Amino acid sequence: MGRHVLLIEDEANISEAIRFLLTREGWNVDTHADGSDAVELIRAARPDLVILDVMLPGKSGMDILRELRESDGLRDLPVLMLTARGQSRDREMAEKAGVSRFMTKPFSNAEVLTAVRDLHAQASRP
Amino acid sequence: MTGDGDGTDRRSPAVFLERQTYRRRRLMDAARLLPVLGALLFAVPLLWPGAEDAGAAAPLPTSRAIRYIFLVWALLILGNIWFGLLTRGWSGPGRAEDEAEVPERGLG
Amino acid sequence: MATLNLMVLVCLAYVALLFIVAFAADRLAATGRSTWLRSPLIYTLSLSIYCTAWTFYGAVGYAARSGLEYVTIYLGPTLVMVGWWWGLRKLVRVGRSQRVTSVADLISSRYGKSNLLAICVTILAVIGITPYIALQLQSITLSFSIFFEDAPVGGFSDASVVFWVAAGLAVFAILFGTRNLDANERHHGVVTAIALEAVVKLIALLAVGVFVVWGLSGGVSETMARIDASPIGEWQVNGSRWATITFLAVAAFVCLPRMFQVMVVENDDERHLRTAAWAFPTYLLLISLFVVPIAVVGLEVMPEGSNPDMFVLTVPLSQGKDTLAMLSFLGGFSSATSMVIVAAMALSTMVSNHVVMPIWLSSQADRASVSGDVRHVILLARRVSIAVIMVLGYFYFRLSGGGAALASIGLISFAGIAQILPSLVGGLFWRGATRSGALAGLTLGFALWLYTLLLPGLGGGLMPDGVLSDGPFGIGWLRPQALFGIEGLDPIVHSVMWSMLLNTAAFCAASLLSFPSPLERLQGAQFVNVFDHSAGPRGWTGSVAQSEDLMIMSQRILGAREAQELFQREAALQGGRGHLPEPTPMFLERLERELSGSVGAAAAHAMIGQIVGGSSVSVEDLLAVADESAQLMEYSSQLEVKSTELARTAKQLREANEKLTQISLQKDAFLGQISHELRTPMTSIRAFSEILRDNEGLGPTDKVRYATIILDEALRLTRLLDDLLDLSVLENGQVNLNMRSGILGDVLDRAISTALAGEERPLVVKRRRAQEGVRMHTDLDRLAQVFINLIANAEKYCDSANPELTISVHDVGGRLVVDFIDNGSGIPAEVQSTVFEKFFRVNAEKAGGAGLGLAISYEIMQRLGGDIVYLQGQSGGAFRVSLPLEGDRLAAQ
Repeated sequence: MGRHVLLIEDEANISEAIRFLLTREGWNVDTHADGSDAVELIRAARPDLVILDVMLPGKSGMDILRELRESDGLRDLPVLMLTARGQSRDREMAEKAGVSRFMTKPFSNAEVLTAVRDLHAQASRP
Repeated sequence: MTGDGDGTDRRSPAVFLERQTYRRRRLMDAARLLPVLGALLFAVPLLWPGAEDAGAAAPLPTSRAIRYIFLVWALLILGNIWFGLLTRGWSGPGRAEDEAEVPERGLG
Repeated sequence: MATLNLMVLVCLAYVALLFIVAFAADRLAATGRSTWLRSPLIYTLSLSIYCTAWTFYGAVGYAARSGLEYVTIYLGPTLVMVGWWWGLRKLVRVGRSQRVTSVADLISSRYGKSNLLAICVTILAVIGITPYIALQLQSITLSFSIFFEDAPVGGFSDASVVFWVAAGLAVFAILFGTRNLDANERHHGVVTAIALEAVVKLIALLAVGVFVVWGLSGGVSETMARIDASPIGEWQVNGSRWATITFLAVAAFVCLPRMFQVMVVENDDERHLRTAAWAFPTYLLLISLFVVPIAVVGLEVMPEGSNPDMFVLTVPLSQGKDTLAMLSFLGGFSSATSMVIVAAMALSTMVSNHVVMPIWLSSQADRASVSGDVRHVILLARRVSIAVIMVLGYFYFRLSGGGAALASIGLISFAGIAQILPSLVGGLFWRGATRSGALAGLTLGFALWLYTLLLPGLGGGLMPDGVLSDGPFGIGWLRPQALFGIEGLDPIVHSVMWSMLLNTAAFCAASLLSFPSPLERLQGAQFVNVFDHSAGPRGWTGSVAQSEDLMIMSQRILGAREAQELFQREAALQGGRGHLPEPTPMFLERLERELSGSVGAAAAHAMIGQIVGGSSVSVEDLLAVADESAQLMEYSSQLEVKSTELARTAKQLREANEKLTQISLQKDAFLGQISHELRTPMTSIRAFSEILRDNEGLGPTDKVRYATIILDEALRLTRLLDDLLDLSVLENGQVNLNMRSGILGDVLDRAISTALAGEERPLVVKRRRAQEGVRMHTDLDRLAQVFINLIANAEKYCDSANPELTISVHDVGGRLVVDFIDNGSGIPAEVQSTVFEKFFRVNAEKAGGAGLGLAISYEIMQRLGGDIVYLQGQSGGAFRVSLPLEGDRLAAQ
């Protein structure tokens, strides 16, 4: 199992922070700021983990997640979702759409790292 | 088409109107009494001794009967002319006051 | 002695004159210049069809036989007219407000639009009036024969005269009574012709009277002396007959179909009654005035055994006054013709509306709207009815042999028609009167009249002699002229007493025992309380009615043009733009009334019922009927108000609820947005703070860089909070405006320098300072805030390679307008409507602010009494700020 993560997030500063954290953990981090072509990108790049923001320009994170879960080979892809809207409805929607882990901004760096590690460990288990 | 003038008419000066309404009511009473009076007067001939009656009194000459009947007739006509003249100012069929012929409705 | 040719010529000329008058009056009425046609005088004269040939010839004969008794026939109507205020006035008002077409229609309409009742009344009327029409034919024939009895002319016979007279009258009635179908059933032509005939007959009778009194007797007192010396010189009137016939005359005056036609249906204006109330009794008085003198002189001068019914004609003839006799003949001719024409018209209306139309309608199995031309059918039915009625009268005359005295036929007729009176008066004054009561009373009275008066009176073997003397099957107390063993009464008195008594009793009893239908009760209230509310009966729920079907049907009945006009008028009344009105209950009600003018109330109700289909009485009506109090209509309208209030409240509640839901959704979205806007910078701050804390080995460049991010995000947070507070203050209206005077150009200078400060590649701002020397009085700081926002937006979002912003100032309609137009691609059309909403952003990537700027600008402009809009159709992003122009406009300095 490789350590390739695709970060889809439109806030440049947040992207930079997460990239900093994960790179130091040995992850290969790609970032993308637009929602409209995210699914195609994921399909092409085949990352080991996706970190997805909910409020994205072009297409919302929820819709991207739903599409991922409907397409072959991406059903089990670990997706960590981040949202700044802090409403419980979003968490329910995300879980219904098949999210692997859901986190509300602002998060602590340790939380993100733990979540990424957990997801990675789960996916690596045979 | 009726009663439309109702509200506006009643907003006239009260004292004046009361008096007029009262006069109208009594006039309408008179108009209603007129046919009753006519019927009574026309019933009077029932009391006259007739030629066929074997009774004591001499039969009434026809000329007197004619005079009586046509006199009553003419009086009734005059009464109606008088009433017509008095009510002429009450405009037409649309006025509320002359419509309210029975103040307490629902006699039936 | 006049020749036959001359007689025929005079008659034809007279009829031609009537034709011309009637035709001219119709034309005049059509052009609307007919005010005098609708005068009370014409109305009064038209009422004189009460005085038929029976009056003209028969009154003298009556007086010669029974003395003054004849006068009762005219005292009755006099009493009715004298009491017009509470009797006739109501009848006329009801007739007009309900668009009643005949007495049968009135009865039917009053008792829940029952067609059965209408048929009963129609049959009664036809049977009752036929002898009367025969009587008129007889009198014309008699008057002809008087002229020719001394000089028989070849080819003349009673039968042929009667036939031609009947045929001629039928043609006249058809021509003028059924030329068109008017919703009001008014026939100006016929009425005017009748008025002319009224004048002719009055003048003729007066002329004969004057001739008799002053020409033959030598003055009033001499005439009076002659009267007293004559066989009728003593009062010899039977008291019971006096009272009975007066009553009969009252009843007949109101109930006779022809009287109803001229008095109620042809009435143009209720106020005419006021004049007719004295003018018509005067007419009657004048008509009666010379009857006794003519009778007395006739008895004196005419040979023994001559017919007293013809004295009016024979007395002048015997004195050689041929011209007077001719005038008198014309008077009699007028009396007979006018009566026959109006009676035939009235009866034909009843027959066609209540017998032919219902049968025709029920024979059309499908809906009325798809069947044939109703209008044509109605007219045809009327024409045929007139012809049939005339044929009936003709055959009655031929069969009865014309022997009976004129007066007795007339009285029999009156007694039959009087059977309608209890139902009519009861219907007008008693709300408890029901259809069952009216049916019971009418049938019983009608049967008794047939049994006790008509059949015995006809003779001719219609009723076996044995029945008359011993009763049917030998049952003595059922003898037709001595019911229940009461003998010795005059047959008329006997018949009228029993029939009216039992008629009224049955009417009252059945009314008390039966329960009226809702429609009956509504109609009852409408009739009895007609002066309180002349609004129509509420009968239709229009929800299922098809306006088009109604239109098609109405066109067939009213004619295309009239129907279209009616519908357009109604549509306009309803405020719609189309040609077809909504089938509201109000409209259906009015339409029904219009149609009932042509086909009668019951048929109109049935026809609309066929199209509307639904129940004829709405729930609302039933609720209204449930109220027993006299204020039924009031209650109904209250209910209506309440239910509309309820509906309105419900609607308001629904709207409020929708609004609340929407506000709640907006609030959720707003909170979500704020949360997002707050948490996003917070996330960066937290993340980089932790990074700085946890990673000691960071290079100084990184440290500075991360600290700068933290600072930027913190500033962003501050800005957001400032904006939020600002917006909140503006939205709540708590803002304090600092109103000052200033020059627009100065404000723009300040705004541009603030907005573009510190930009590396500032956008080019194009201005025309000459336009900007406008002095204004407003909150300059707030206005500057708006300008800054717009300029900053342009700076931020203008995607042109060489961004430019053009600021131009105009005066548009007394308002100061400042346009900010950049050369970028502008805002996409689909989001232009939301630019002033909170957190609006065209492009999230470039988001520097919180997306509140335009929302704040919008609020500010509202507070300043101005406006800010996005201008469509410009090359780039374009905003227009407008302000009320209050200060003086100064020339450029």
